[in-house]
Amino acid sequence: MTDPIAAAARATPDPLARRIRGLSDRAIAWLFVAPTIFLLLAINIFPLIWTVRLSFTNYRANRPNEEVEWVGLRNYIRILTDDGIWANMQTTAHFLFWTLFFQVLIGFTLAWLINRKFKGNDLLTTLIVLPMMLSPAVVGNFWTFLYQPQIGLVNYVVELVTGTPASSFSMLGPGGLAKWSIILVDTWMWTPFVMLICLAGLRSIPDYIYEAAEIDRASKWRQFWTITIPMVLPFLMLAVLFRGIENFKMFDMVVLLTGGGPGNETLLASIDLKREAFEKWRTGYSSAYAIILFVTVFGLASIYVKALNKVKER
Amino acid sequence: MTRFLSGLLRLRRGPWELLATLLIGLGVFMLMQPFALALYTWSFLVTLAGTVMFIIVSHFPE
Repeated sequence: MTDPIAAAARATPDPLARRIRGLSDRAIAWLFVAPTIFLLLAINIFPLIWTVRLSFTNYRANRPNEEVEWVGLRNYIRILTDDGIWANMQTTAHFLFWTLFFQVLIGFTLAWLINRKFKGNDLLTTLIVLPMMLSPAVVGNFWTFLYQPQIGLVNYVVELVTGTPASSFSMLGPGGLAKWSIILVDTWMWTPFVMLICLAGLRSIPDYIYEAAEIDRASKWRQFWTITIPMVLPFLMLAVLFRGIENFKMFDMVVLLTGGGPGNETLLASIDLKREAFEKWRTGYSSAYAIILFVTVFGLASIYVKALNKVKER
Repeated sequence: MTRFLSGLLRLRRGPWELLATLLIGLGVFMLMQPFALALYTWSFLVTLAGTVMFIIVSHFPE
């Protein structure tokens, strides 16, 4: 039987074989990694550098032949002194804070309940994770129907419970409910994700730790705070990191539900950025906007990854 | 406090990272707070300074 490596070596053209044989292991490793690095540079790093460059100009992508003027920090100054964008940042913060709060609270509680052994446990887990498997476009569309004032299920249930006429209010209309409606949909869709990560954390805690605590007569409450929470914390932090970054750039679902309205009540920074870049075609200005959001997310993610590593080391 | 200051003077990672983290946190709070437009205006500069500082000081010795 012939050795396949020897066969491949024989099949390699002589000049190429000589050239490869002359390379060190390190050089060969670089040769294999180079295409990936090149792609990374071309797809991620180059556009980032280009965006930084554009953010100092008045470039408009819909007028490519127009002369581009260097405007220095003018775009940044305009964004950072704009009342409207400041309000959008507050809307984003409201959305981010409350979605994370509810998703962590409900997700962890669900995981804690599902972690117990009972009949139908697996079926229930499958049913709970269904929403996160749906497309955000589908979720946005069917929640628009659920929120419909005349025929929507949500208004009907509210009328049934409180007696308030269903057609007298709109979940996505004026009145201050729209902000909470988008939080409700995001929580409904993504709580299962947090639950799954917490469940993985809970299942990774060995039983003998609880048994030792039982022997030491630690109460269930004490076990929860000194064993369960510290051991699930790295998983929980990871879930918060993922959801935090995702929600900071939330776009599709909110556009389908409210389109940023009523007025600018649910106009998140990412939606406003898209409008500036692809509806008003202020490419330079929107590049500066994007850089501001990028630096914020990058800074937060750096702290978070550091904190996560510290918790894991404990 | 003395340990923190001596760590800063001897360019140790821990205290410098803490300082950078505080700057980033402060910057993000300034960006999203609803109280003063002036804070919002300076938020990006504070966050950027904190982020750049974080990247640099994470290479300092322990």
